[in-house]
Amino acid sequence: MSEQKKSRWSKLHNKLFEQNSLLLTVGILVTVSIGGIVEIAPLFYLDSTIEEVEGVRPYTPLEQLGRDIYIREGCYNCHSQMVRPLRDEVERYGHYSLAAESMYDHPFQWGSKRTGPDLARVGGKYSDEWHRDHLRNPQSVVPESIMPDYPFLETSELDYDNVAANLRALRRVGVPYTDEMIETAVSDITTQLDPYAADYDGFQERYPNAVMRDFDGDPSQVTELDALVAYLQVLGTMVDFSTYEAEADENLR
Amino acid sequence: MSTPQVLRRAGADPSTAVVLLITFLGALWSLFAAAYAPEAAMRGQAWLLLGGFLTGIILIVGTIANGGVVNDEREYNENLVKAGAIATMFWGIAGLLVGVVIAFQLAFPVLNIEQFGFTSFGRLRPLHTSAVIFAFGGNALLATSFYVVQRTCRTRIAGGIWPWFVFWGYQLFIVMAATGYVIGITQSKEYAEPEWYTDLWLTIVWVAYLLVFLGTLWKRKEPHIYVANWFYLAFIVTIAVLHVVNNLAMPVSFFGARSYSLFAGVQDALTQWWYGHNAVGFFLTAGFLGIMYYFIPKRVQRPVYSYRLSIIHFWSLIFIYIWAGPHHLHYTALPEWAQTLGMTFSVMLWMPSWGGMINGLMTLSGAWDKLRTDPVVRMLVLSVAFYGMSTFEGPVMSVRAVNALSHYTDWTVGHVHSGALGWVGFISFGAVYCLVPWLWKRKGMHSKALIDWHFWIATFGILLYITSMWVAGIMQGLMWRAYNELGFLEFSFVETVEAMHISYIIRAVGGLLYLSGAIIMAYNMYRTIKGDVKEEDENVIPQSAAVPAE
Amino acid sequence: MHETLSNFAQTGGLLIFVLLFAGVLAYALWPRNQAKFDAAARTPLEETDKPETADHNKDETHVRA
Repeated sequence: MSEQKKSRWSKLHNKLFEQNSLLLTVGILVTVSIGGIVEIAPLFYLDSTIEEVEGVRPYTPLEQLGRDIYIREGCYNCHSQMVRPLRDEVERYGHYSLAAESMYDHPFQWGSKRTGPDLARVGGKYSDEWHRDHLRNPQSVVPESIMPDYPFLETSELDYDNVAANLRALRRVGVPYTDEMIETAVSDITTQLDPYAADYDGFQERYPNAVMRDFDGDPSQVTELDALVAYLQVLGTMVDFSTYEAEADENLR
Repeated sequence: MSTPQVLRRAGADPSTAVVLLITFLGALWSLFAAAYAPEAAMRGQAWLLLGGFLTGIILIVGTIANGGVVNDEREYNENLVKAGAIATMFWGIAGLLVGVVIAFQLAFPVLNIEQFGFTSFGRLRPLHTSAVIFAFGGNALLATSFYVVQRTCRTRIAGGIWPWFVFWGYQLFIVMAATGYVIGITQSKEYAEPEWYTDLWLTIVWVAYLLVFLGTLWKRKEPHIYVANWFYLAFIVTIAVLHVVNNLAMPVSFFGARSYSLFAGVQDALTQWWYGHNAVGFFLTAGFLGIMYYFIPKRVQRPVYSYRLSIIHFWSLIFIYIWAGPHHLHYTALPEWAQTLGMTFSVMLWMPSWGGMINGLMTLSGAWDKLRTDPVVRMLVLSVAFYGMSTFEGPVMSVRAVNALSHYTDWTVGHVHSGALGWVGFISFGAVYCLVPWLWKRKGMHSKALIDWHFWIATFGILLYITSMWVAGIMQGLMWRAYNELGFLEFSFVETVEAMHISYIIRAVGGLLYLSGAIIMAYNMYRTIKGDVKEEDENVIPQSAAVPAE
Repeated sequence: MHETLSNFAQTGGLLIFVLLFAGVLAYALWPRNQAKFDAAARTPLEETDKPETADHNKDETHVRA
């Protein structure tokens, strides 16, 4: 066999087997793509995925920052936010969760473990004072609790100078924040903490039915506790279940 | 034909320049983030990143000054595998230690030291999961895949400096993720908690990993691509896809840590659990099956039981696994058709899983006596047995009626740990026990008795762990749904928490035993590397003694 | 749309998956592939201590294989 011929064989060999491992790679890619595409893609197109309900609105800047703190502290590790339509859960926590209720949740907080109770409908169940005591020292209100203490929340000042950037990022991924909401984002933080705020009406128009009060009981400063309690108090309260019809055609899936 | 370039130095080659450029850009970004990040936490972390990248630059420049990376095509790159084996052991102990700490925190909440929340359960739990999955498991996969692909292709790892970039880049990823969790930088998607910039860094490292692996396959001197490499390749390719899609997010600012997931609510939930379940399927299963298909045949000196079965195993496993994610979302707001699909495929998954288990176990046929004589084989075999057990338990728990009880409880935690401690942990330990004498050219491990101790202590630890979690989980699920004779819920939530106290203590003790086993192993490994080998182990076949082909 | 998709999944989708699986089975069990698989299965047992650098000898067998 001549030198030249050998090197041609060698080239062919390289080509063939390079292609073989590429072929394997492509085969793997195709095989693993099918399931994901069939299951996930329709969720973006089928109208029946998310029911139509009234009341679900984007979070106020304060609630959104509270949500960020909820995520930062890893609350999702022990608390779910998803009431399943099972008799005991509905009796323990309230109406089962609707897909629409988390449609502005980037990311979702459904959770996977209940070391502590579900929080999907915790809003309005306890007073702000209870939440303050509970976050400072859970065992002071629930002696058997195994939850960690979060006493630093009430002394940490809330960092909200850049909250407009947070809303802008959320708008880019689909949350319908208006230009006005983004413009007033910083002042909306203090507005929500003051039931006698000058811009009360404007705020209620932007965020219908948002609760306005000083959540941490200390009007002299804006703390992380203000934000976290504001978030906890809105959880599960947006939809009015006295008017929601679960059996309506568009809600049957 | 020209003589092949067997000895190359990578000092002045374009690869080194590109690696240097990537590291430099990383350093530059860190510097700006240290100055301009909106969050104090990010400004702090950026200094650490800057330190990491600068160390990288110094290492690369130092290497160039010394003439570049030696790339001798006549030798396998074993230093790379040695580094991976040591990293596996180091991160394994770190991750298990954090696991033991948080297990005790659940039993005794006073252990959550409250100052600033650095050590609260919520921040440490992702540290534990990421450390054991990505740091321990990831390094075990890096080390073994680099070893196996070189040996079964009979060629040195491709890419000159790139494999080292993959190794050190991956360690930097681990440090970035871990330090972030502790100071509160997380995007909260389970097992995908790192924020966007860490995700981006991992993407770069992972693409390099894929190319190094493929490059080695391309220049192989074997006609066949051995089946272990198929599993490694499926693991690398699929993790790339899962990682990129699940982490799509919009950063709030270019130098800040915070980002918001591209998806919301129900779509985000399914994307996350498509990722989450396949992190189990492709990181913790396919990758480690690659280990099984190489190390068991190698250790017992028998070809795999049925190569045909391994082909069927491979394609059906990777096809079916990807569908199973929705079983994490039973009875949620996810549309029911998706839940049903997830459940159906999860039950089907039982078949290929057990096909693989049988293939692994039956490889020992004719060599069952090694179970008695070789503790490493015992560890590998028990690992496959745990694989079989958890892949049976999984489909059961994915059935909606069972899931209604098990979901949200510690039964899930127990299930995961029978797979993690039993399957992933033991197969990794077994592989490292094989690798250490091979790589450092020793006759055996320092002490065979200590391997035995490791095996029994860890096995007992696993049993305590999973039995206590079965009890805790099933009890809590039943208590949640218990009604009294008047038709009211019988227990308040906190009564169910109280009832689990004893199980939590037993679990923590189980974890402590498992950790002790790993520490024994680390000591044994240290003495072996030092050259302190008392007796020859007839089960350690010196790599040079292998019979050449033909 | 949901109807159309689920109808296709229950007919065409099923057929495609069955055929794909049959293809994998056929490939794995095809008698002529037996020798190839046996050789592949022995790969980890027949390794050499050093990588092979002289590749001209093996080329022909590879191309034929």
